[in-house]
Parts: sequence; structure tokens; C-alpha cells
Amino acid sequence: MSATSTPSAPTFVAKTKGGRITNFVDERVGGSGILREFGRKVFPDHWSFMFGEVALYSFVILLLSGTFLTFFFDPSMAETHYQGSYTPLKNVEMSVAYSSSLDISFDVRGGLFMRQVHHWSALLFVASVSVHMLRVFFTGAFRKPREMNWVVGGVLLILSMAAGFTGYSLPDDLLSGNGLRIIDGVIKSIPVVGTYISFFLFGGEFPGTVIIGRLYMLHILLVPALILLMIVLHLFMVVVHKHTQYPGPGRNDGNVVGYPLGPVYAAKAGGFFFIVFGVVALMAGFFTINPIWNYGPYDPSPVSAGTQPDWYIGFVDGALRLMPGTIGNWSVEQVWFGQVFTFNVLLPALVPAGIIFTVLFTYPWIERWITKDNREHHVLDRPRNAPTRTAIGMAGFVWYCVMWAAAGSDLIATHFHVSLNDVTYWLRALFFVGPVIAFIVTKRVALALQRKDREIALHGRETGRIVRLPHGEFIEVHAPLDEYKRYKLVGFESPSPLPAEPNAHGVVDKKEKRRALFSMWFFEDRVAPATPAELAAAHGHHGEHEAIESGESQKTLSH
Amino acid sequence: MGNHSDGSPNHSGTVATAGQNEVEKFQDPGIPPHRLRLADTDPKAAKRAERQVALLFGTSVVGTLIFLVAYFAIDLGDDSTIATIRLQNALLGIGTAFAMLGIGTGIVHWAKALMPDHEVSEERHAIRTEDDRQAAVRIVDDIVEETGIKRRPLIRNTLLGAVALAPLPALAVFGDLGPRPDDALAHTMWAPQDGKLKRLTRDPDGTPIKAADVTIGSAFHVIPEGLNELNEGKLNEKAKSVVLLMRLNPEELHPSPGRADWAYNGIVAYSKICTHVGCPVALYEQQTHHLLCPCHQSTFDLTQECKVIFGPASRPLPQLPIAVDAEGYLVATSDFHEPVGPSYWEREQHERNINA
Repeated sequence: MSATSTPSAPTFVAKTKGGRITNFVDERVGGSGILREFGRKVFPDHWSFMFGEVALYSFVILLLSGTFLTFFFDPSMAETHYQGSYTPLKNVEMSVAYSSSLDISFDVRGGLFMRQVHHWSALLFVASVSVHMLRVFFTGAFRKPREMNWVVGGVLLILSMAAGFTGYSLPDDLLSGNGLRIIDGVIKSIPVVGTYISFFLFGGEFPGTVIIGRLYMLHILLVPALILLMIVLHLFMVVVHKHTQYPGPGRNDGNVVGYPLGPVYAAKAGGFFFIVFGVVALMAGFFTINPIWNYGPYDPSPVSAGTQPDWYIGFVDGALRLMPGTIGNWSVEQVWFGQVFTFNVLLPALVPAGIIFTVLFTYPWIERWITKDNREHHVLDRPRNAPTRTAIGMAGFVWYCVMWAAAGSDLIATHFHVSLNDVTYWLRALFFVGPVIAFIVTKRVALALQRKDREIALHGRETGRIVRLPHGEFIEVHAPLDEYKRYKLVGFESPSPLPAEPNAHGVVDKKEKRRALFSMWFFEDRVAPATPAELAAAHGHHGEHEAIESGESQKTLSH
Repeated sequence: MGNHSDGSPNHSGTVATAGQNEVEKFQDPGIPPHRLRLADTDPKAAKRAERQVALLFGTSVVGTLIFLVAYFAIDLGDDSTIATIRLQNALLGIGTAFAMLGIGTGIVHWAKALMPDHEVSEERHAIRTEDDRQAAVRIVDDIVEETGIKRRPLIRNTLLGAVALAPLPALAVFGDLGPRPDDALAHTMWAPQDGKLKRLTRDPDGTPIKAADVTIGSAFHVIPEGLNELNEGKLNEKAKSVVLLMRLNPEELHPSPGRADWAYNGIVAYSKICTHVGCPVALYEQQTHHLLCPCHQSTFDLTQECKVIFGPASRPLPQLPIAVDAEGYLVATSDFHEPVGPSYWEREQHERNINA
């Protein structure tokens, strides 16, 4: 194949420098196949596809800034007396971990900046993973063939929270120490093995002298390695499936419409990395995050009021706050057979998070079972066009937000000058009622938006021009849509409920009946896309208006 | 115009009149025609975009310079103040932000304004081919068949047993991660040592507290005598033994039977470790005699022996029995009569053992 071995054969000679490099690489490792596959691979473009990119890029920033921090951080819980340049803490007894975190902040040039970059991008990482998952859920991107990638995404969400929490605790300051204290209390509430797990984790009684070192190992080795592995899996599947696309003219389940990877998409996506980095740098430069020097070293005795965990732990902390420990004179904590069942801690710590993640992981299969939809989907749903799914998502989101808000119940009370107890009572009520309201409202809003789409598709958009007809009637002129814009509003499926079907033995079994009920619930309220026939009818009906419209548009053209 | 169908074409009445059942749906009109950008048609606009991109790249260079100047010119010597660090941090932030945003926005602007923006349609290919799948299924079947695992249950079952047990050593090697809990959680430093009662001392300096110093309405954060002198496990002991000391009007206390002599002259001592998940119950509301945990807002009523009156805690705070020694200092007459802090599985047994 190479030019020298078979001089007689007509050989392809690269003329440009880039071509010669490509040829050089290909002759040695055969990379041309990959380039041929990826070089012009088409990626659809939409702003909502960038959340995943933000997540990926903030992870890269985390690796970069985190590596810098490891050069200076010492995860030891040995006692020392601070000798650095931050005067208020001079000679204060503290752990080496806290002391080295202070040194990074005050005595390493650029250390504070790196700490802030690291913390801000960690917050951004979990946030962008979460928002990305919301986008995927609400647009139905988790449907076949992408169910497994959805699961990988869920694992990544959990891992990102684990990475965040293990890192949050490392500086061994008062705030994160109290966070660990809460974790210890939650672990101790686990029946049978809780006390043992606590003693094993902390190497004895809380706080012990080993926890920081152990969390450090998890934070810089195990968790990031798992995240990296999952990201590789995630991106591999994105390549296999090709990206989803929003519905619109020219887009269907058999194609992918967008820009080629090289050069436009690569440039946009690559440039976006620098933009994310720049924004994180701005935040790190101007907004203080986690000022550990204000908190002081960990000490089990003091705690400051109004302390908050990092945002992604908030929903668990809020759930802990919402759970009443006593109902009247009845204690939620129960002693059965001489053993303690700490339900007032166990239930809020495990149940809401358990429900959220169970539903999250199984949802693609639940929906597939209800809809019996086994087709591949590459065109996304606009959220309004899947009202029940959107409503389920919003119910879950509101539930999460209620718990999250509860984590700030004391701050809500002090900022708005309301009673802390009332805030808690209201949030307790919202914990149960909020998701229901959210479900109903969202479904109605989605259906209303669908009707609006129909209206616009059939009657055109409102121009805001009011015309008086010769006989005195006032009408607003509607401008008809062009066929591309109209297709965006009508090109979707609106499945109707699927009644129970007999199985291979000709029997409609119980499970199938249940499925049919769910299907009814899922698709009962529906708005069908407008059809050409309806459009024709609508035009016939408004014939006289159209005559005016065309007259008007001619006028507009003439001057 | 509001009078249109309920959404279902079958009920709208329009389908029948149109009489074109074959055209139920709108046809996909295809990708909209490409619209040229200004830079595609006007060489001047293209040139302008080129200059804008170059300018953005230029700001990146400026940003890098700002970073370097801030890094080297601002000295974090011993005499540096927090203001110096803030200034350096802000300048490093601005520098990095300009350096990164300059490159990022430059590239994106270049891509959007000057690179071809024709939307392309690419066919999706099936993820798998039918041939491959059938071959794969055959291969799997052949492999399973050749191992004979279905025909030889003895092999299968012993293998399953071996594999199931094999991870046990891996679990066992983690057995030394920590000591067995035993009854470590049931005892604190307050237990009298060699017959000598422990004095209540101030947190953090460890000076003993005279009963006469505790005026009505005051509150003290208390640690046991000798805590600061511990060489090992100081924080572990502190995490269990911190106490809040308060003095109320004696008639406001309503001690239950057997607890009457746990207080001295209206002075009471309660564990500061919340019975919920262990945060320090650090807030004392002097007027209402409530103790509030700032972490999860559990509220305890001092006048009812720290019964939970609000929040997620289930148990009252444990009370430390106190008295006054010959010199007038407050002392603990015994350890707590129950384990302090968050509940755990064996807690009830421990409490019974303490009181046995």
C-alpha cells in the first residue's frame, strides 16, 4: 500500500501539509477510518444540547484545578498549630488538613483562585449534569435506543454528588465537619449495621483521625476514575446512537440534520470549553465560595446559625428537617424488641432520594411498558407534546425543590421575617401537595400550549394589526405561516390510549389491564396535531379575511 | 375564532367534509432553504468579522498578560493582608476570564460568521444488522452448548457456590477499618474517675465554673475537666461530652421523680449533642427557655426536661446530674444516664446496661 513498496500502482499523494500528516499517521496506526467516520459527522445544534457540554467541560476544569490543589493539600488529621499568614487563626490548634487548606488560600500564589475555581466548577458540574438530565427527560431523549445511556447519566449524577461531597469535607473546617457529623448521625440510624458502618468509616468514634485521608482517596482516585469511565461509556453511546434532534422540517427518525463536526461543530463546541472556563474564572475571581477561614477548624462544640450544605446535598438535608420527630406525644423513633428504629432519620434520608432515583432509573422502561412503544426515537418530543410525561417530570422537580427549599427554612424565616415553625409547616404541606398541583398545572399548561400551536398552525400568527371592515366589524389580521414553520407545529405524534390487548393465549391478563389503565391515564387528554384538511377548512371559513390579508400584504409590498 | 375542535380529528367534523383521508398529516417540506449571511455575500462584512475574531483573540492575549502581572507583581509576603489576596484573586480571575473568553468567543464567532453554515442531513444507520445479530445469538448458543454447563448441573452448582463465597475475603480485609463499636458510645468523660467527681469547665479554655458565677438567664458552653489535657482522642471525647449549662428560676424546672437532685439551685446541665443527627444544639432562647439546633431546627424545652417540642428530633436531650463540690465549683455527680447524641441500633441495650 505504501508508495515505496508498490511504485507501479497509482498511489494517492497528499499535496497539502495537513494531508501529509494525516498520511503519516495513517500509514503507522491506520487512523483514517476513525477520521472518515468522525471528521464530518453531523451534529444537530440547539442551545439545550449544551448542558451536557458544560458538564463535560466543568469536569475537565475540575481535573486541572484539582491536580494543582493536590500538590499542596495534606489530608492529615494530625494536630498542629497554625503558623501561616492569616493572623486571626495564628497559633490556633487545628488539623494539618485545615492548616494546609489555609496555606493554599493565603500562602500559595494563585492557590485561593484555584480553590475557588475548583469549588465553583464542582457546583457547576453537578448543576449541569442535573439540568442536562432534566432536558433529556422532558424531551423524551431517554427513549429507545438510549435507555442505557440514560442509566449511565443517572449513575454520573450520583457520582458527581459523591465527588462533591467527599471533596467538600476535605478542608476539615467547622462547616464541613458538621456536615460529616450529620452523615455520621444518618449512618447510625441504619438498622443492624449502622453503628458498625459508622465505626468502620471513621476508624472508631466520630470524628476520629482517619476520615479525611479516606475521603481524600475516594475524592481524588476512586470517584473521578468511575466518573471518567462513565463519561467514556456515555460518549461512546452518543456516537453509536448519533445525537437526537428537535422536531422540524427535514428532520425525521431516519436522519440527523445539523452541522458537520469539522470544522463548524468542533469549533463551536471547542470554543465553548473556553467560554465555560472563562465564566468559571470570573466567578472564582469575584464571588467568594466556601471561605473556610471564616468558619475555623472543626470542633464538635460550636456551630454557626444559617449554615448550608453545598446545593446538591440540600434536598436530603431539607428532607431531614421536614420530618417531624414526634407527632403529638408519639415518638417517631421506635424501640422494637429492644432495638432502636430511628425512623425520624432513616425515612427522610433514604425514602425521598430512593424514590427519586428509582423512578429516574426505571422511567424509560415504565413508559415503554405503558405505551408499548418499541420503535427507535431520534426526534425529540417538545415537552408540550408529551403532556403526561412533562407533568410527571414537573411533579418530581417540584418535590425536589420543596425539599431543597426546606434546607434553607431558617434562612427563609430570617430573610422574610416569618416564623420558622410556619415555614416548616407550609413546606411539610407542600411536600405532599406540591407535586400534585405541579402535575395538574403542568399538564393543563402543556395541553393549552398544544391548542395554541393548533390555533397558530390553522389560523396563522397574530399580527397585531386591527382592521375595520366596511360594515364596521373589527378584526385582527392573522398572517399565515410558511410551510416550514407550520410543520414544526404539526409534525408530531399524539398517541391515543392503547386498550388492553389479549396475549398469545387470547387472554387479557391482569397486568395488561393495569397497563391499559396507565395508558388511559397517560394519553387520555390529548390534542391531535392539525391536519391539512383542517387547514383547508379553516381557510375556507376565513375566506373573506384572507382576501383582506392578501390585499394588505400587496399594499405592504408596494410602498 | 375560539370555536375549534377538541383536538381529536375524529370529532372535529372537518375530516369528513374534506374527503381526503389519504392526506391525514402534513407532509414534511424538507430542510428550509439556506439563508446566506451577510458575510457570505458582502466581502466587507466578511473582512469585518475576520477583524472581530482577531480582536477577540487579541483580548485573550491581554488577559494572559493580566494574569502574569497579577501573579508576579503582587507579593504574598508575611505582611500581606486579606485585601492583597482579594486583589490578586480578582486580577487572576479577570486575567483567566479574558484569556479564556477571548479564545472561546473568538472561535465561536469565527465558526458562526465565517465557516460554512449549511445544514447537512446524514442518514442514520441501523445500530445492528440482522445478520450480525443472528450470528451473535448462534455463537452464544454454541458457546453455552460446548461448555456443557446445562448438562452438568454439578459443575454449574459448585461453580456458583464458589463464586458466591469468593468475595468474602475481600469483605473481610476491610474488617480492620475500625474497631468494634462495643459500648464506646455509651460512656463519656463525665464518669467520676477514681472516686473524684469531674468539674464542669468552660469551653474552650477549661477553667472550672463556680455555681455562684451562674446567674439566672446565663448559659455556659461546658467541657469536662481534663479534656484539654488529653493527648489522644480529644475531639472524640469532646464530641460526646459537651454540655450546655443554664440557670433558670428553680420553680420553672419541673423535674421528674428521681431527677430532683440533678439540678443545683435552678442550674441545669444538658448534653449539647442533638439527639437527631448530632449537631451541637448551640442556640439558647433565654426568654422562652428553648434550646434550638441550628442544623435542623429541633427545639427542646428546658422547662420540660428538654422534651422535643418541634423539629425532627425524637428524644429529649440527656441531662447531666450536677452538684457543687466543697470549693463551690460545679461537678457532675455521675456520667449521663443514657448514651448521648444520635440514636443507634444498640442504644436501648446500652441505656439499660447503664441503669442496671
